[in-house]
Amino acid sequence: MTAGHTHTSDDGADVAARAERRWTMLSVAIIVVLSGAAAFAGIHQATMPQARVETADPTTLHIQGEFVETNLGSAVEPDGSVTVRAIGQRYSFTPQCILVPADTPITLRATSSDVVHGLLIQGTNVNTMLIPGYVSVLTARFQKPGDHLMPCQEFCSIGHEGMWARVKVIDKAAFNDMASQQRRLSCVE
Amino acid sequence: MLSSKRLILAHFWLAFAVFGIALLLGAWQMFVRSPLHTWISNPEWYYRSLTAHGTVMGYVFPTLVAMGFGYSISEAALRQPLVGRRWAWVGFWLIAVGAVTAMIPVSMGLASVLYTFYPPLIGNPFYYIGVVLVVVGSWIWVGLMSVNLYVWKRDHPGEPVPLAMFANVAGSYLWGWTAVGAALELLFQILPAALGFTSTIDAGLSRVFFSWTLHAIVYFWLMPTYIAYYTIFPRAIGGKLYSDPMARIAFILFLVVSMPIGIHHAFADPQVGAGFKFIHSAFTALVALPTLLTVFTICASAELAARLRGGRGPFGWVRALPWGNPIMLATALSFVMLGFGGAGGLINMSYQLDTTIHNTQWITGHFHLIFGGAIVIMYFAIAYDLWPHLTGRALESLGLIRLQLWLWFIGMMVTTFPWHYVGILGMPRRMAYFDYSHPGLAAEAFSVSMSAVGGFILVASGVLFLTVLIRGQWAPLTEPGEYRFSTAVHPPVSLPAALNGHALWVCLMIGLTVTNYGFPIMQLLVRPETSVPAVYVGSQQ
Ligand SMILES: [Cu+2]
Repeated sequence: MTAGHTHTSDDGADVAARAERRWTMLSVAIIVVLSGAAAFAGIHQATMPQARVETADPTTLHIQGEFVETNLGSAVEPDGSVTVRAIGQRYSFTPQCILVPADTPITLRATSSDVVHGLLIQGTNVNTMLIPGYVSVLTARFQKPGDHLMPCQEFCSIGHEGMWARVKVIDKAAFNDMASQQRRLSCVE
Repeated sequence: MLSSKRLILAHFWLAFAVFGIALLLGAWQMFVRSPLHTWISNPEWYYRSLTAHGTVMGYVFPTLVAMGFGYSISEAALRQPLVGRRWAWVGFWLIAVGAVTAMIPVSMGLASVLYTFYPPLIGNPFYYIGVVLVVVGSWIWVGLMSVNLYVWKRDHPGEPVPLAMFANVAGSYLWGWTAVGAALELLFQILPAALGFTSTIDAGLSRVFFSWTLHAIVYFWLMPTYIAYYTIFPRAIGGKLYSDPMARIAFILFLVVSMPIGIHHAFADPQVGAGFKFIHSAFTALVALPTLLTVFTICASAELAARLRGGRGPFGWVRALPWGNPIMLATALSFVMLGFGGAGGLINMSYQLDTTIHNTQWITGHFHLIFGGAIVIMYFAIAYDLWPHLTGRALESLGLIRLQLWLWFIGMMVTTFPWHYVGILGMPRRMAYFDYSHPGLAAEAFSVSMSAVGGFILVASGVLFLTVLIRGQWAPLTEPGEYRFSTAVHPPVSLPAALNGHALWVCLMIGLTVTNYGFPIMQLLVRPETSVPAVYVGSQQ
């Protein structure tokens, strides 16, 4: 675009174009590095969004399938990991208090029985949407025993502000002790 | 050469009037959810207010600003009277009627679904019909911008399209296509359920449709701001634009890559697989490129102006800038907010870091900093710059204008920084009330109070803004001269077709949307048994 200019302004235009090119290359490099870091962390499973899409009919959750009420809560799997199943509905979670062992791989499986909810465990990276019709699956590991708040993070109509649950992380041995007596655990009796 | 002054003023006045109302609602919301206020008797009032605030600020206000500014650009940059002025008035009235139609059920509590709709929650059909009317009204503007450019090109074969109009038309095409996602959701999923023709809805699919609109809409809001950076700022500070082709490339990049990235809003959703989430994440990273280019070009333009004014040294030129000039001040403050907001945005868009802050108050902080801060402060600047040309009267309250801009900046900082902080602590958004006596939440009480204070500062700034404009309507008459946009240091003499037209880029935009959205949408369409019962707002409590 320098056609028709005098010699001196051509020089200025060259300097300008060089500066622009350098900045553009730097900008592109920043973006490539950021995307690369994301890909690397994802491939190494450091953290990863849900890979597969699973469905669950919200109208029959309570009578059949894995989300019937007696199957909700924490269960020990043969490999020693723990699976937690939960449901969000206006305006509570079932179970209202999730019991999990510390330092153990946890798989959270949850869905909604009515509208869109969300579930977030404060002080952790556990954060997912609950969409009716679909199952949300998430893996987690809690470092040490303690209590966490678990609010619904997505607007689900009036009453949303009252939708808070808890997560209680207890010592692994104590958890296994309780699990040997009960099939499904939660901290609400 | 502005001949459609009444039309343009009507757009700006309606925009700023609804903005003022929505601003008051926003401040009230921050107040009632803070510990400065005890429990509200009916939390539903909060969600009505939130729905109105979001609908007005998200759809009505920026659309009217983009349209009013767009008509000004078409006349001033092309130096031809607006073609199709009658149609422009039709579009204006569709938006006005649509906004009222939408707000009546909202104020009655029959459509507290927030501006992002949330199916399977279904509100009163008139809310959605109102939103559709607003969008249809804005599509008339999209068509008119295209027609006006076409008429000009016919009369000026081979000449470079003025940069402001090139960018303006890019913005209108971006909006025209972006709005299609929400339109599909409204027309094929939500309205049939709201009108009682169907009783089920695929909530996952509707969220994917909405994400199509939800991210690129931010770039539509941003377009007038970026047009002001490139075509008002250099002229207002007595300088020139550093590079015309680079500006065009930035607008083209917005047009092409801001569309197919919306699924990053659904990182935590179960209905989209990880692969498409990663693709959208990478594209979102790419959309940082036009902003990085803009930061360079605008800073370089500022440096040029400062050196012309006698500024010296590697940084000494900064002092030579005309800091008392409202456009200078607004642009500088806008850049600061864009910097903070952009840094937060890199966290939201990243595939992994997002889980820490997804749907927390952090997100609210982020987009208020970008939209309410960096973007809206330039809407103020655009109004200040255009007003004398629209009214034929000078804006004399320079001190008031500077105070207004500073208050807006400070208010945004005081509002959004605490939000970012409580977001990291895991405070969820969109809640009417928090129990601050709970030990787990007590630590957030102070930050939330700070945000409410920021809200009051913003209201004060908004009141000042309207005061300046109203006083301008009664100021003494002046002859403001011809309205003109910045010229480039090297004005383009001839441009390659790719930098002088939009056809190639519109094709790319549509192509990329089809590849990035086609497969996820098809998969959801063919997947059986994903429709769930609609839940009607107000029918059960
Ligand atoms: Cu909820």
